[in-house]
Amino acid sequence: MAELNEEHASHRMGMHTEQLAGRTQQVFFDAEEGDNLVYPNAPDVDFNKRAEFDAADLDTPAINKQIRELMESGHGTIVVHNPGAKHSLGVGILNRLQLYFEGSLGYFGCGLIDGPNIRVKGRVGWSCAENMMAGTVVIEKNAGSTFGAAIRGGDLVCKGDVGSRTGIDQKGGTIIVGGRTGAFSGFMMQRGRMVVCGDAGDNLGDSMYDGTIFVGGKIASLGVDAVEAELTDLDVAWLERKLGLYGVEPANGVRNMTKIVAGKQLWNYDNLEPAEKKLVL
Amino acid sequence: MCGIAGLIHRGKTTDIGSELTAMLQALKHRGPDSTGFALYGPAQAERQVMRFKVAEQEEARKGFDIQAKMRERKAAVDDRLAELGAEIVEEEPATDYAFRMTFGYDGDLRRLADYIEDIDGVEILSLGHALELIKDLGDAGTVAGQYKLGGFAGTHGIGHTRMATESDVDIRSAHPYWAYPFDDVSVVHNGQLTNYWGSRRALERRGHRFMSNCDSELIAVYIADQIDQGSDLESAMRRSIDELDGVFTYLVATSDSLGMAKDVMAAKPMVLYESDDFIAMASEEVAIRSIFPHEIDTFDPYEGEVRVWQS
Repeated sequence: MAELNEEHASHRMGMHTEQLAGRTQQVFFDAEEGDNLVYPNAPDVDFNKRAEFDAADLDTPAINKQIRELMESGHGTIVVHNPGAKHSLGVGILNRLQLYFEGSLGYFGCGLIDGPNIRVKGRVGWSCAENMMAGTVVIEKNAGSTFGAAIRGGDLVCKGDVGSRTGIDQKGGTIIVGGRTGAFSGFMMQRGRMVVCGDAGDNLGDSMYDGTIFVGGKIASLGVDAVEAELTDLDVAWLERKLGLYGVEPANGVRNMTKIVAGKQLWNYDNLEPAEKKLVL
Repeated sequence: MCGIAGLIHRGKTTDIGSELTAMLQALKHRGPDSTGFALYGPAQAERQVMRFKVAEQEEARKGFDIQAKMRERKAAVDDRLAELGAEIVEEEPATDYAFRMTFGYDGDLRRLADYIEDIDGVEILSLGHALELIKDLGDAGTVAGQYKLGGFAGTHGIGHTRMATESDVDIRSAHPYWAYPFDDVSVVHNGQLTNYWGSRRALERRGHRFMSNCDSELIAVYIADQIDQGSDLESAMRRSIDELDGVFTYLVATSDSLGMAKDVMAAKPMVLYESDDFIAMASEEVAIRSIFPHEIDTFDPYEGEVRVWQS
């Protein structure tokens, strides 16, 4: 474990800029401790080894089993055709993988993942990427409610509109919405960043402890404890870099985005990113 | 949990019986207790179509001397229709306890409905020029097969798969609900209303009747009451967002339109597909996929949103 100090690499990289406070933040995750980066029994996959299969006539357990068997045989790139908006697809993947869904997913798609890069060509239903720990999930069309609920790390991107309660209980990572989001987005947010290029519904950031929400469009109303903060040059640089990765941007540009943070300090609570205190979580 | 679904074709008539059956069957996991359909065929201006039952399914199977009672109840319905001057054009038993009847009648519909339902054990499921409301125990495939809904030609319809939480597993508590006493108005609902009893008492004092203890029936009666006071459908639905308390997404259909409303918490799901000539909606996208296997663009309506489409 590395000690926290001002010279820590995460500061230089701009991973966090918050004033550190609290009791438990002195424990940092050390990337050199390789054993903590790979789950036991995680398959050793090769991104150059590619497989495709048609899910039209398969049910959810059969599709997930097929993905798992392909990973175990070393396939690092998997394409699933005709997912048909079935529920709970692509869940519980705890290793590196390039996974492509050539269609839409139903509820709880890509939940409980730690590491894979997933791209969904269609729409996703409620609770996409719930409890995601690391990796990237990119949705090309729209998403339902509770998008990224309790996400702890990684990048979760929807290029279209999302429903209500986006990022409810967000504990880290980044949620990016290309369009608008519904009411109660960022409800009880605890860490991480949420970027909404379009409008946000009522009660944005209600009861948020920490974390940052950026909104490019109109905000219907702020929730309890959510307040507007000054957009810094560092924020702009981060937003431009991050949004540029996924090809989305607010209509009025990054510099005109509104920054929302928690307006209430909670004692005995700290605000480190999950990657920095993974063991504590 | 419950699942709801609806569809509306613009400017054409298709086999909505099969389409809605496929959609509701795809939602079976959201509620296996009962399934209901409100299907809208071509309106017959001179005729009323009435769907009614003379017993609950379980009563029809196990009730003491029930066959004789059902015959008596059916005969009483015939007598009272004749007494009111209704001219029966066509009638057919859908099951041994449920019937479909077509008749000419230009009198007061509320009086007719009240007089028929005054017969012990008889409940009107729907009354109108275009609406046919079918509901029974079991999944969509079972009910559609029982009532021969495959091939039902119409423009639009709504349906429901029910997981009973607030009231019994019986036809009376199944959805859709007809918005008594207005012809051709029906409602399906997914959610819970928390001001049910207070609102029910207020509506009962205004002369409305409730056939069940299911909170969803309140929406149908509420909409009926609003229309009775001169409101149009969309205005009534918008007002319901403020006046109905709880979490809900519901669909309302009339002879030529279909509407959806979602509460301000947006706690109950709804997915929409909209094209120039066809609109489909359901609690889950899998239901829409059951009639559109290819890729389509779908989206969620937002909190407090009300939409109404014309056929």
